[in-house]
Formats: sequence, C-alpha cells, structure tokens
Amino acid sequence: MANTQSMCTSFMSQLMLGEHQLGTATLVSRGSLTSPTTDTLKAALYLSSATMNASTTAYTAVNEVSGTGYTAGGVTVTNATAPTSTNASATAGVAFFTPSASIVYTTVTLATAFDAVLIYNSTQSDKAISVHTFGSQTITAGTFTLTMPANTTSAALIRLATT
Amino acid sequence: MALVTTTKGDMDESLLEKREGTVDNDNETTSWVEYWLDEELVHRSAHVRLKKTVTLTSSVASF
Repeated sequence: MANTQSMCTSFMSQLMLGEHQLGTATLVSRGSLTSPTTDTLKAALYLSSATMNASTTAYTAVNEVSGTGYTAGGVTVTNATAPTSTNASATAGVAFFTPSASIVYTTVTLATAFDAVLIYNSTQSDKAISVHTFGSQTITAGTFTLTMPANTTSAALIRLATT
Repeated sequence: MALVTTTKGDMDESLLEKREGTVDNDNETTSWVEYWLDEELVHRSAHVRLKKTVTLTSSVASF
C-alpha cells in the first residue's frame, strides 16, 4: 500500500458538473443560485499504510490518523482566496487555487507514521479534491503545519491547465 | 524562560535536549524539532512546506 500525490479524477468531472464551489462568486442567474456561498474544505491526514490516490472519491476514516488532539475528518482549510485564471496565449491558460493559510494541527500526538493529506469538500458530501504526499512523519505533543506553495500560475497547489 | 509542550506537561526548554533537522527535496521542505528528556521523546513538531503542484491538463476534441 502507498499514497500517491494526484488530482482526484472524480473531482475533475465534478468540476464540470459544478459540484464544487471553492470561492465566492457572482454569477449570471442559475435559477436560485445567483450568489452561491463558498463550500467548506477540510484536510485529513492519512497513515503511510493507506492507499489515497487519484481513485479516491471522498473522505474516509479508513486509515486516517488518530491520536490525542486530532479530530476525525481533520481541520478546516482556509479558502478566502477564490480560484482564478490566467491566459498565456490564445490556446493556453491556467486556472489555479491554493488555500489562503497554512493547514495546522495544533498540539496533537500522532504516533503512527503518516505521509498524506486529503483535501476534500465537506459541504458537498465530503467529495475528494486532491491528495498531497510528504515525507513520513510522527508528532508527539506537538504541532504539524502544512505550509502552502505560492498561489501563482506555476506553483499553486491545484492547477487546471490548457496547453 | 521558554516553555515547551511535552507529554509530561509544559516544561522549561532548558531542562530538555533539543534535536532539529531539515529535509529539502523536489516535493517539500520539511523541518522538525524534537525535545528529549532522559532519552525519552517528549515533544516532536514538524513543518512541511509543499512544493509540488497537482495539475489537470485539459483538452478538447476536434470535430
């Protein structure tokens, strides 16, 4: 078993179906959805023995970390900055999104090694968005912090690109 | 006097042995700090700075 960093395939199709709302938006009328609210995203940690990857469709408690100070489901992700996009040419562009603050698990003890975080949409039935991996960690009466990359076209945490 | 959260409650940092490390690769920059008391790990924190993006490359079909 191993975790693999990837965009979750189900998320791709859900984007096309409008099942995620990662930031506030003003829309031309979609019936009553003229001013939808921002969905709540969460981040859950997974053991190194888990199998979180592109085929993950939703948050699961199976192989999620557990320990003092950690609540199943993880912590809320701060997404104050809505997704944005930039065109590089007539045929190429990038849409990108990065949580607007670090993801922090404060004063936890996670004794079993973990190496992945699942970002998921807790408003929309816990649907999976992406899996990110890192070197295996344990935490003892301490804090685990995930700092986000710069929210740019080339470095943002999640990018949808045309080439 | 700096206090450190440990498995034995808050302790004065001067009473503990501090060990630190950093890992830097294409995927992440990770730093960690540990505090030991008489060869017992009583605190470990880690800070991971993610570097790698996940990207969906889109395409459209031609008629």
